[in-house]
Formats: sequence, C-alpha cells, structure tokens
Amino acid sequence: MGETVGIRHRATVVGCAGVTWARRLLAQAITRSGRLMQSTFDGGYVPQARVQDSVAIELDCLSAGYGVRQVLEDITGRFEPGSLTAIVGPNGAGKSTLLNVLAGLKQPRSGTILLRGIPPESIGFLPQIDAIDRSYPISVLEFVALGQWARFGAFRTPSYDLMTEVVAALRAVGMQDAATSQIGDLSIGQFRRVLFARLIVQDARLLLLDEPFGGMDLKTTTDLLALLQVWHREGRTIVAVLHDLNHVGTTFPSTLLLARRVIAWGETSAVLAPDNLARAGMGEVEPGPRIAPLRLVPS
Amino acid sequence: MRAILLDPFWTFGFMRTALVACLGLALANAPVGVLLLQRRMSLTADVLSHAIMPGAALGFLVAGYSLFALSLGGIVAGILVALLASLTARFNGEGSEAALAVFYLLSLAAGVLLVSLRASNTDLMHVLFGTVLAVDQRALVFIALVATVTLFAIAMVWRPLAVESFDPLFLRSIGGGGPVFRRLFLILTVLCLVAGFQAFGTLLAAGPLLLPAAAARHCSRDLRIQIGLAAVFGVVASVAGLLLSYHLNVPSGPAIILAGGGIYFLALLLPRRESASANANWQPAE
Repeated sequence: MGETVGIRHRATVVGCAGVTWARRLLAQAITRSGRLMQSTFDGGYVPQARVQDSVAIELDCLSAGYGVRQVLEDITGRFEPGSLTAIVGPNGAGKSTLLNVLAGLKQPRSGTILLRGIPPESIGFLPQIDAIDRSYPISVLEFVALGQWARFGAFRTPSYDLMTEVVAALRAVGMQDAATSQIGDLSIGQFRRVLFARLIVQDARLLLLDEPFGGMDLKTTTDLLALLQVWHREGRTIVAVLHDLNHVGTTFPSTLLLARRVIAWGETSAVLAPDNLARAGMGEVEPGPRIAPLRLVPS
Repeated sequence: MRAILLDPFWTFGFMRTALVACLGLALANAPVGVLLLQRRMSLTADVLSHAIMPGAALGFLVAGYSLFALSLGGIVAGILVALLASLTARFNGEGSEAALAVFYLLSLAAGVLLVSLRASNTDLMHVLFGTVLAVDQRALVFIALVATVTLFAIAMVWRPLAVESFDPLFLRSIGGGGPVFRRLFLILTVLCLVAGFQAFGTLLAAGPLLLPAAAARHCSRDLRIQIGLAAVFGVVASVAGLLLSYHLNVPSGPAIILAGGGIYFLALLLPRRESASANANWQPAE
C-alpha cells in the first residue's frame, strides 16, 4: 500500500498537482475513506471521541501593540477548557492582534499568557483569508494535507494514510469534488471550506480562527458553523474572531467583547447587552440625516 | 549555418568558457528566479544585485581584480543589505518597498564612489555591466559551486519555502519556522547574483535571474514546469546572446539579456492562464 506512485515524493505535498497520479490516488483514497467516513457533511460529521486534555488559556495583564501604537491594554481573563468563545468588537479593537498573540505569532509587550503544556502543532490557526496568497499554484489536496505538518514537517515523507484523511476531511466540508483543483480557482466560500478541511486534518486541541465566516453565503456559513459545534462537542477549545453578532448569539456560548481592553467577557447573552455594546462603540447606529434621492434629470 | 552557429564556440576557448558559465548560471537561476517572481520579490532581487556592488568594490580596492575578493565582498555586502532591509521593514511595519529603494540607491552610489577611488572608467564599466568573455576557469568553478549549492538547498527546503510563500502565518503558527527559510532564500539569491556579477555586472545581474523566469511564468502555472522552462530559456538566451555578440561585435552581457527579453516577448504571445479569483496584489503580512 505504501508503494503508491507519487505519494512518497516530497514534491507531492507541496508543489503542483500532477493531475494524472492525483486522480488515481484520489479514486483509491475515496474508496478507502468510504469506510472511515460513511457520511458526507449533511449526514453529520461523526464526532470523534472527546479530545484528551482540553486546553485552557490564561491571560494576565496582557498588552500588545505595533510601533508607537498600543492596540491591546491590560487583557486579563481565561478561556475555559473546551469553551467556544467569540471575540467581537469594533474595527481596530485588537481582535486579530489578540488572536495572533494567542497563536504565538506576535510577542506581547507585557503581561503573561499561559497555555498549559500545548505544543505549537496542536494549535489550529486559521489566518485571515487575505494573509494567504491564493495565486500560488497548489492543489486543494496538497493544501489540505499541510494540516498534518506536525507529522511530516519540512523534510519527512508524508504517509499514505494522510491522503485518506485529507479526502475524508474534504468530504466533511463538501469539497471532495474539488480535490484536484488549484486553490486559486476556488470561490471565497469554497476556499473557506478548504481551510476548514485543513483544520480537520490538523486535529488541533486549540482552534484560533480569524474571521472564519467573512464573505460567505448562508449555506456555507451554516455548514461551517455546524462544524464548529461538532468540534465544540468534541471538547476542543475554540476562539474565533467574528463580525456577525447573530452568529455569535446562536452558536457561541461565551463571548469576549473587546475594544482595545476587555469590555465584557463571559456568557454571550450577558456580554452582548446593549450597554456593553455601547461602551465598546458598537451601539445601535443613530439614524442619520435622510439622503435626498439622486435625480438624474433636473425637475 | 554551421559556420554561424557552431564555429564561434569551436574556434575560440573563451566563447566555450562563456557558454559553460552561462549554462551554469541558467541552472542556478531557474529555481531562484521562479520563486522570486512567485513571491513577488523581483524588486528585492534588483536591490540585492546593486547591494553587491559596494562590497565588490571594497574587495577590488583591497585586492585588485581578484575573483575571490570581489565575490567575498559581494556576498557579505549582499547578505548585509538583505538583513538590513528585512529589519527596517520590521521596524517600520509597512513600507519595505521604500526601504528597498533607499538601499538600492545608497548601494549604487557607494559602489560607484568606491570603484572610482582607484579604478579607471573601464574598470567601472566592467563592474557595472560585466564581461562574460573574461570569465576564467576559476570563475567557472565558482559558478558551478553556486549552482550546486543553490539547487541542493532549494530541493531541501522546497516544502517550507513554498508554504512560507503563500501562507506564512500558518507555517509559523504550527512551529514550522518561516523567517529562517526566507533568509536562506535571500542568501541563495545573493549567491546567484554574485555568481552572475562577473558576467553581467551589477546593473544587469538580476536579468538572467528574472527574465527567463518571467517568460516561463507565461507558459505554465506549474512551478516545476516553470523552473524547467526557465532553465531552458536561460540556456537559449545565453547561446543566442553569445552568437549575437560574436557576429555583430556587441557586448555579450547586454546581448544575452536582450535575447532573454526576446523570449519573454514571445512568451507574452501565449494566452496567459490566470487564476480566476486569486488575490493578485497579495502582500505577505509582517
């Protein structure tokens, strides 16, 4: 089984789709994964056994900034193990900065961040979509396979079973038909699904998602929100930066309301109270002056 | 026909040496050039080619026209500027382009100044535009060395380098490194430029690096095919340029660059396969 053409070669995981072998490989992998993953996304992604040791994050007086600009001040609090937390706040509130600090991508100015005994590879980080160069010629299959970086790293050869897992993950997000497409040919929504497939393959205990639902249609959003809930039931700790408060209300039990400092942190319904939102600068928008309709022909 | 195509190389040893040098350069330059373009770093390559100059000039002042001194000075200066530019970019947050332009101008000015301290105008012309036909055995060995190191290094770090090209935050978040590979790639770029420096001079050294790769990008989306094509285009441009320079009695470096430009314009005629929705103006987040 391990002697399959191509999969032993380094360039297969990152490089470009060698279309012929990829198709053959795909056909094999789909047959195999049929047993593992009986159902596609709609039939319900079968939750795995609960994750061992859910991760808790404790923040103490955390500050961060860029140059002379202080973006986060005095952030203190705790993401409970197995919690599903939304970070909301106005633009420039430091939401992405906080996520980058949690992911270890940015050094805090001061304060401490306690991530109990978790190696970097068990953090699943979903960057903002703009941080990824989608013009790079790489197939969906290879892109999703990168989720298992921890197992093959920069130099080792990926195992054959990896492809089975990749295809299973693609089925779980409904993207199995696009496995040999280039990531540059996907729509935003499709690419988001592929990013989620990479997270499935990564099988991380802590998931940090930066605006995972921007620019997507209702169907895609609903599907991916459901996937988040599956992960939540599996006991993974999830922190996501979100903009749509409706999604926060329906899916996220806890919320951190951020406006450079913590405005409120706790149970979602309490955090999203109108006075909190007003304090964060996210209150109800005042009705503006009525704008006269544009006239093309002077009357 | 045979007289036009083969005799120059048959008759003259220096033409053969120049040809072999160009073949070695084409091999080393192909993967580096393709990755430079894919990573939108062609300006960086340009700046680094100028950054070599003050170092090479210092080497020249100390040791005269010695390949070792010129190359060592060039490598040290190039790597220094590469690191300085990345540091400046980090401190400023944005505007690495401006920092690059500053370094580019400063290096060129400092280089010209240093060379003029002791050398004649002919020497200055050599440093600026190179002399393919003056490449000797030792330069050939150096080029072969650089080609070997570059090809092996790129093959070794291909995967992390690729991921760092399109999803740097992901690579860093899983502890796969990132800056390390970017710096290694910059060093390889400097090596290629120094290898090409003697043949093409500081003003044109980026040409054989970027032109064949730019032409190859128009022919395929597959990076591996692009690299192969870039090597072939580099070889074809070298042969064509050397023959042009021989028969028309024009400088060989510019002739090779112009031949590369000709291939590029031919490749432009092909229909370009562009990604449908890809973010064309993507810039890596710092």
